Amino acid sequence: MPRIGVFVCQCGNNIAATVDTKKVAEEMGKLPGVVYTCDYKFMCSSPGQEMLKQAIKDNKLDGLIVSACSPHMHEKTFRKAAEAAGLNPYQCEITNIREQCSWVHHDKTKAAGTVKSIDLTRMTIQRLKKNQPLKKIKIPVKKKAMVIGGGIAGIQAALDIAEGGRQVILVEKEPSIGGNMARLSETFPTMDCSQCILTPKMVEAELNENITLYTYSEVEKVDGYIGNFTVTVRRKSKYVDEDRCTGCGECIEKCPFKVDSAFELGLAKRKVIYTPFPQSVPNVPVIDAPNCTKIQKDKCGACAIVCGPKCIDFKMEDKIVTEEVGAIVVATGYQNMPNERFGEYGYGRIKDVISGMQFERLASSSGPTGGEIRRPSDGKIPESVVFIQCVGSRDEKKGVSYCSKICCMYTAKHTKLYSHKVHGGQSYVFYMDIRSGGKRYEEFVRGAIEHDGAMYLRGRVSRVYEKNGKIMVQGADTLSGNQVEIEADMVVLATAVVSREGADTLAQRLGIGYDKYKFYNEYHPKLKPVETVTAGIYLAGTCMGPMDIPESVAQGSAAASKVLALFSADEMAREPITSVVNRTTCNACWDCLTACPYTAIEREAIKDRQGNIVRWVAKVNDGVCQGCGVCVAACRSKSIDLKGYTDEQVFAAINAF
Amino acid sequence: MKIPYYPGCTLNTVAKQFDTSAREAASIIGFEMKELAQWNCCGATFPLTPDNVIGLTAPAKVLSNARKEGDTLTTLCSVCYNVLKRTNKVIRDNKEKRNVINGFIEEEYDGSVNILHYLEVLRDKVGFDKVKGAVKRPLTGIKAATYYGCMLLRPFEDIGIDNAERPTIFEDLLRALGAEPVEFANKIECCGAHLAMNNEEVVTNLSGKVMTSAVDAGADLIVTTCPLCQFNLEKSQPKVAEADTGYRPVPVVYFTQALGLALGQDIETLGFEKNSSDIMPLLKKKGIA
Repeated sequence: MPRIGVFVCQCGNNIAATVDTKKVAEEMGKLPGVVYTCDYKFMCSSPGQEMLKQAIKDNKLDGLIVSACSPHMHEKTFRKAAEAAGLNPYQCEITNIREQCSWVHHDKTKAAGTVKSIDLTRMTIQRLKKNQPLKKIKIPVKKKAMVIGGGIAGIQAALDIAEGGRQVILVEKEPSIGGNMARLSETFPTMDCSQCILTPKMVEAELNENITLYTYSEVEKVDGYIGNFTVTVRRKSKYVDEDRCTGCGECIEKCPFKVDSAFELGLAKRKVIYTPFPQSVPNVPVIDAPNCTKIQKDKCGACAIVCGPKCIDFKMEDKIVTEEVGAIVVATGYQNMPNERFGEYGYGRIKDVISGMQFERLASSSGPTGGEIRRPSDGKIPESVVFIQCVGSRDEKKGVSYCSKICCMYTAKHTKLYSHKVHGGQSYVFYMDIRSGGKRYEEFVRGAIEHDGAMYLRGRVSRVYEKNGKIMVQGADTLSGNQVEIEADMVVLATAVVSREGADTLAQRLGIGYDKYKFYNEYHPKLKPVETVTAGIYLAGTCMGPMDIPESVAQGSAAASKVLALFSADEMAREPITSVVNRTTCNACWDCLTACPYTAIEREAIKDRQGNIVRWVAKVNDGVCQGCGVCVAACRSKSIDLKGYTDEQVFAAINAF
Repeated sequence: MKIPYYPGCTLNTVAKQFDTSAREAASIIGFEMKELAQWNCCGATFPLTPDNVIGLTAPAKVLSNARKEGDTLTTLCSVCYNVLKRTNKVIRDNKEKRNVINGFIEEEYDGSVNILHYLEVLRDKVGFDKVKGAVKRPLTGIKAATYYGCMLLRPFEDIGIDNAERPTIFEDLLRALGAEPVEFANKIECCGAHLAMNNEEVVTNLSGKVMTSAVDAGADLIVTTCPLCQFNLEKSQPKVAEADTGYRPVPVVYFTQALGLALGQDIETLGFEKNSSDIMPLLKKKGIA
């Protein structure tokens, strides 16, 4: 006969208001196998836990139930207490009588809540009787990390992991690390130059012994599980030998062909052999193969002729490398929504309607105008500029429903930059609300309005069109209730922050979740902000949603600290809730293998004494299995069971209802 | 090809030239616009209050009559087009309202008629290339302002004839006819619409802006798709000219008149005399007539 104890928690008034906990305890005491029951104000408090431990010892309990809040809250607490009292922690089960019971029943006579709590607890008792003691799974951990994405969040994560003494591979798609931040001119709210605070970090990443940079590279495939990932990376051909290149730039100088620079967002040209920007890290040029006449038509080759160390190789091919790592940080960043989608603003049709990011390039001292605000059409200095906020953001009809969060701040910054660079210039901002939550952010926006003379108009713009060489901006000023028409020389659109193209493909390769906007999902929006549902994979920065630089950096560091914690022990322990195959009944139909979303199931050969394979069975890799139970449902011969949630346990609970 | 056709009240009365020129052009291109045997007024405004079902019964009646004659229906007037298309969508997508409406009109209509504007027939059923091939009197040298108005394009989710903010269907047709479309700011702005009845000042202001921006962009001719736009523009033009001495009045015609002209119809039959502005001097100047 089992010796079970039942502990019913009042949770202050959270449970006790609608559940008669004393009655629940009494009723449970009548069941066979239950030798001890009690109810208490806060089971999770220290005295509560002490009481629980004492009761286990005094009554020689071999299993216990805590009827309290959701197991997500305190299952760990109580299992730890049970372990301390000498029990196998998995002989402790939780009944949730709060979230789905006391909180949803408002019957003050406590009738409904009490009956339901009794039913639920009784079910758990029957289930507990079928429990088996389980042991935590130990997994060896490879103490090397990979960071995908070399923007500020990725750089920060890589630096912090490297500082912690671990090896990191930083994979970047572009020829240089730096990401979107490398494009910015100044940063809010301190107005320090973006390059000046970013490039030291980029150089540090290049020089740090623990960091290996894979630029111009993309992740193709991810296998394995926490502590033991195998990642396949395609290192795209740069056509330049990275090890021998000195970065002298002679080849760039001599290249006779020019194309639009993606880094400058079409505001300037670059050579066909190029580095995206002067401070690129690594300072190794790449050849843009589709535009190179040597590679396409075997004509020219000027770069190879002038190259001193002879490191240009037109025959170079992509390399596929495989890396074994214990943890992955995903920091793939964001992009802006295409402005062409908003026909009313004339982007793409009217040359002097530009995006906020293009304005950053105009204001940047390393940009196409050397930091002078000159409009793209004729290079004239604009005497008035209209900034339109929420282009695509908070616009479910034509864009996205969320707020892009950074635009209020960077638009205020733009007005400041403009007024500092063009004295006497007038800026106008059309806004919906000014969202400037953040340290010194509100003061910053007030400064733009009060000191730098930006004219803020609350309302939307209906149309932008050209008239006599001016850009006419037609809109509403909802504070004065008037329609306004502004003659501007340039219009800047604060376009929505959206997920990067291909974000969904990468998420599928990694096995992590994403929302309908293809932003990656954190495990818990408040309490696990950098973890994903796949153990060992962490997130940082704008691949999760719009955020500013301070937040991205904080997340990079947060993800790094998670990685370092994982790497602090040689083995990691994890919950033993995994599937197990009954090898005698498995008939190798492989339905489980197809169904498993984590590729945790392998084929195992059973051999006779001579070593001949006699049959095949499925085998679950405990390191990968997440205990979702899909294979259990898929198995036709009922040969798979989920430890801790066996069919026997579940049926016992149902029968008790 | 025979396409069931709903003229609507205006095309039967003050905009007769819109109707006749369209039918004639169709027969030259090679399709017939078969007027519905039975039709009534579309209601002339789409009721925007969500629970106003009674306002949908008139267009629903038109649609259920059209269903008896085929699975497509074409119309010319932008307002009719807008009302019919939006009502059709409600009937198709909202089962509850469909039942109520059908109960009222004592029909079993399910929203299965495909409503096409005459421009859509030309673009999707005939093809602008074929129209271009049929042109006998190209409108070469005429800078035409293609005035869409608003009812033809919006709301985008319900109408979807073209991109609501940057449409091209109208320009594409005029280009096929040999004219040169001009880009002007107010081509998809409102003319003032029904305010013509009680607040003429607004109409003069809005229609004035449309015409001024067209003429400033170099237009010799304004082409319309809607009897109400046509009316408002024609009525406002003298006032605009009076207020702004720099303004150069231009003829305003229906697009089907321009189409008929290019297809080589007898100019006498195009009903230009019913328009308040005279197109003849322009045609003579450009050597077209």
